[in-house]
Amino acid sequence: MTQIKAPFRPNGTKVAGVGGYRPKRVVTNDEVAPLIDSSDQWIRERSGIIHRRFAGPDETVAEMAKLATLKALEFANIEPEKVDLLILATATNPAQLPNLAMEVTHKIGATHAGAYDLGAACSGFSYGVAAASEAILAGDAEVAVIVGSERMSDFVSQYDRGTAFLFGDGAGAFVITSDEEFKIAPPVWGADGSMAEAICMTKSWTDFQAETASEFPSLKMEGQRVFRWAITEMVQVAHAALAKAGIQVADLGAFVPHQANQRITDHIAKSLNLPEHVAIAKDGIQMGNTTAATIPLALETLMENNEVKSGDLALIMGFGAGLSYSGQVIAIP
Amino acid sequence: MTEEQILSELAEILNEVAGVEASKVSADKSFLDDLEVDSLSMVEVVMAAEDKFGVKIPDEEVKNLRTVQDAINFIVKAK
Repeated sequence: MTQIKAPFRPNGTKVAGVGGYRPKRVVTNDEVAPLIDSSDQWIRERSGIIHRRFAGPDETVAEMAKLATLKALEFANIEPEKVDLLILATATNPAQLPNLAMEVTHKIGATHAGAYDLGAACSGFSYGVAAASEAILAGDAEVAVIVGSERMSDFVSQYDRGTAFLFGDGAGAFVITSDEEFKIAPPVWGADGSMAEAICMTKSWTDFQAETASEFPSLKMEGQRVFRWAITEMVQVAHAALAKAGIQVADLGAFVPHQANQRITDHIAKSLNLPEHVAIAKDGIQMGNTTAATIPLALETLMENNEVKSGDLALIMGFGAGLSYSGQVIAIP
Repeated sequence: MTEEQILSELAEILNEVAGVEASKVSADKSFLDDLEVDSLSMVEVVMAAEDKFGVKIPDEEVKNLRTVQDAINFIVKAK
């Protein structure tokens, strides 16, 4: 019987590059607060957020993804033509199709790349890291990019007191390649569909179309319900991710959770009893919640501020709409 | 457990979780307006109360707990 040829499979994978893109326009709390009858102080106390960025007309999801990807490739010292897989994690593609990943590969000249969008909202980046790493471990690709890119400002209502101040726009990417060692641990992932309505849209596109005079669909969230889920369930996920990587909390150099809300980050960090040497990502204070982009942007900031060093282990984990979650330990490049 | 005891334990929880001065806590006070316990801190208060009093306070109920008395009433009924 003829055998299918087995591809070469490397021993492990690593994050070879990190790069982010932050839109030019900085939006302060003072700009956001009047529309929701709130204040800078209230926003800071509720979420820790000081400001966020809103993308301009030229800063499309694909364009921001392209710039983040190029930055990550430069970090990794790899030519864009070498990319053979690009995964774009996004919840804000403004059209049903096509996916935006191939617009990115086209723009960067990655003519040999497979490309697809991945939809897992705030968990999308971590799910994407797993997918990219697995593609390389399987021998399907040699240079993979996972990029999260969002224009949350397109889909969040400025008048919704529960959400208007929380979200922002931006993009961040990891380049993932093979390595002799295992520098990306297996993921811990999951989802709870019974809580789908905790973070969802006010209506579907087809409902919007059917209504004659109707408000554009926007994001709505049951804040208290999501907060409670995040500060309890995600602690277990963190422990499970550490266990899967075969490490202890004290072995970490950084904790990089999805930047949903600084109060969630603080709560989980406290529940994990993170030792003092573990850097805790807080980029969300400057960027707001950029959904699939928060993790790479937050890691980039820790690296640029020298709060971590190359080789340190970071626990990254995303959680959110679905409700879904995914996390894993990685070695910082 | 008497209502007074529940009130006293709640005051302790509010102090630990939300930094509220225990002396400020009386049954007629509103969590948000009088005690400045915002909606996220309320979640933490509720979780601590569940542990302390051995009751379950579902998410849908939390928004109905406007005053300390509301919380006391719920706990008395749930026990």
